[in-house]
Amino acid sequence: MNPHTPFLIFLLLSIAKIVVVLVITLTAVAYTVLLERKVLGRMQNRWGPSRVGPFGLLQPLADGIKLFLKEDIMPLSVERPLFILAPLIALSCALMSIAVVPFGKATPVTIKGVTVDIGQIADLNIGLLVILGITSIGVYGIALSGWSSNNKYSLFGSLRASAQLISYELALGLSLVGVVLRAGSLRLRDIVDSQSAHGALSWNILGGFQIVAFFVYMMSAYAETNRTPFDLPEAESELVAGYHTEYSSMKFAMFFMAEYANMITVACVATLLFLGGANSPFGHLFDHVLNNAFFNFLIPCLWFVAKVFSFILLYIWVRATLPRFRYDQLMGFGWKFLLPIAMLNILATALALAFHSTV
Amino acid sequence: MVPISYYLILAAILFCVGIAAFLIKRNVITVFMSIELMLNAVNLTFVAFSHRWHQISGQIFVFFVMVVAAAEAAVGLAIIIALFRARQTLNIDQVDLMKN
Amino acid sequence: MQLALFIIFGLLAVLGAFNLLAQKHPINSALSLIVVMMSLAVLYFSLGAEFLAAAQVIVYSGAIMVLFVFVIMLLNAGEEEHTDDSKVASIVGFPGAAAVFCLLTFVFLKEKATLGFSHLESALGGAVSNIVEISHVLFTKLLLPFEVTSILVLVAILGAVVLARKEL
Repeated sequence: MNPHTPFLIFLLLSIAKIVVVLVITLTAVAYTVLLERKVLGRMQNRWGPSRVGPFGLLQPLADGIKLFLKEDIMPLSVERPLFILAPLIALSCALMSIAVVPFGKATPVTIKGVTVDIGQIADLNIGLLVILGITSIGVYGIALSGWSSNNKYSLFGSLRASAQLISYELALGLSLVGVVLRAGSLRLRDIVDSQSAHGALSWNILGGFQIVAFFVYMMSAYAETNRTPFDLPEAESELVAGYHTEYSSMKFAMFFMAEYANMITVACVATLLFLGGANSPFGHLFDHVLNNAFFNFLIPCLWFVAKVFSFILLYIWVRATLPRFRYDQLMGFGWKFLLPIAMLNILATALALAFHSTV
Repeated sequence: MVPISYYLILAAILFCVGIAAFLIKRNVITVFMSIELMLNAVNLTFVAFSHRWHQISGQIFVFFVMVVAAAEAAVGLAIIIALFRARQTLNIDQVDLMKN
Repeated sequence: MQLALFIIFGLLAVLGAFNLLAQKHPINSALSLIVVMMSLAVLYFSLGAEFLAAAQVIVYSGAIMVLFVFVIMLLNAGEEEHTDDSKVASIVGFPGAAAVFCLLTFVFLKEKATLGFSHLESALGGAVSNIVEISHVLFTKLLLPFEVTSILVLVAILGAVVLARKEL
């Protein structure tokens, strides 16, 4: 046998995992759009899309075909290479971070002597930092799109967006420190496992007393994904559509997908860090009910999806409820309110842990 | 299995491109960026040596270099903005008030 | 395997660095510098410094370079123009840099045997995470320098705010 064969098998299996997860994520992105339109519609006392297919379920497909077949307009005075590069950066960064998310229990599967974990694409011991890093690279997509469009509204939109992203990244990062302190690791799998003892009671949001951190995380996550109440970068009444004013067809669709993919990523991180990841809220109470290999893999995955789904529902609810902030209010909220709260939370968590370990 | 010296040579290439860019470029921001490039090259040698001698100190030094670079970028870019407000140019040859 | 990683990302870093030199517009230079930094992060990872790889992406490409791009976008000063004074610099610049490069490469190649090889397996397969080691040293032996850097950053923030204010 060729000495490289195990490596090649590993490579193939990894690619297969990536393809499966990517397809699922993209489908989820498409249906999150539909979900948002449906739920928003119901909250505003109307139906939402209901014509294409049963209950409008084929609407994402129709939208996709429409965007794909539209003319791709390239304005004359744009910086061509950067104009094309920007949506690519935005979308790929939005999709990349899903690679380190453990969406199920660790389930090693051995195929031809090569063991792979089908509960996660890559188990890194710096998983959390990888997600933060990829999120921070995503800023370039927005910044470059606005600058290369050569349009004042786009430029303003992208300047607002980058300033907002940079400022809220601090609060976001600091809100995660409390969780990391409790778990004592940056590996996402360890963080999830640290919350698995007593079901929902040992999740970081309840038993870990990280509810303040969860609040800070949620607020900064709204800002990071440019969603209401922080959707100033694309405030249509002030800036036409912000950084993607000049984009059309697939390039616009890429920004659109990036926004929703970011939402899903943020929801995944919230689930992993605060809501116990793939752990059941009932702890090990019902472990014996459906106890075989297949269900042992599937049920944690379903819990994970359910948690992500409820977080996204919360997102949509907030969008239907809250009006938009003013820009100075947004910056003030980030720097003067969220950041000190996040720091106090770190201090309190550290003191509590130190006290706990000495007693 | 890569010889450590390859990493060091890569760092040398980056460092020398940084020197050349520092001397040749006329835009203040690009000159500043070439300094960052040189710092990065030096960081690579630190990490390579830290790997070679199994000493963690090299990596910690890189960490400090990053912090200093961040502080330097904040102040330096503020200076560049102030310069642009005062002189309406970023060309370093045109910022020579002290010369004549 | 590690050699393939090194060749791909080393080449990417070198190309990015030369592109920084060749490009006329600062935003293109900034983007090529980001490419260099990202490939260096991969190389750090291949040397077993995974915390630094993450820090490189977050701090350098995620914060410092965003600041650069932000300033370039804000000032929008256009492409750089060459003036007569810059000729001297380029006459000195290229040979000087080449000389430094030759000297460094000569030394490194001569000491190739002493420098030895990198081992990805031993670095990544270790039971103790690199982060644990770094934080242990950082918060015990090097606590004072660590705290001093925080003051440095604070002073830098104040300096930046004062310098960038409108009325100077």
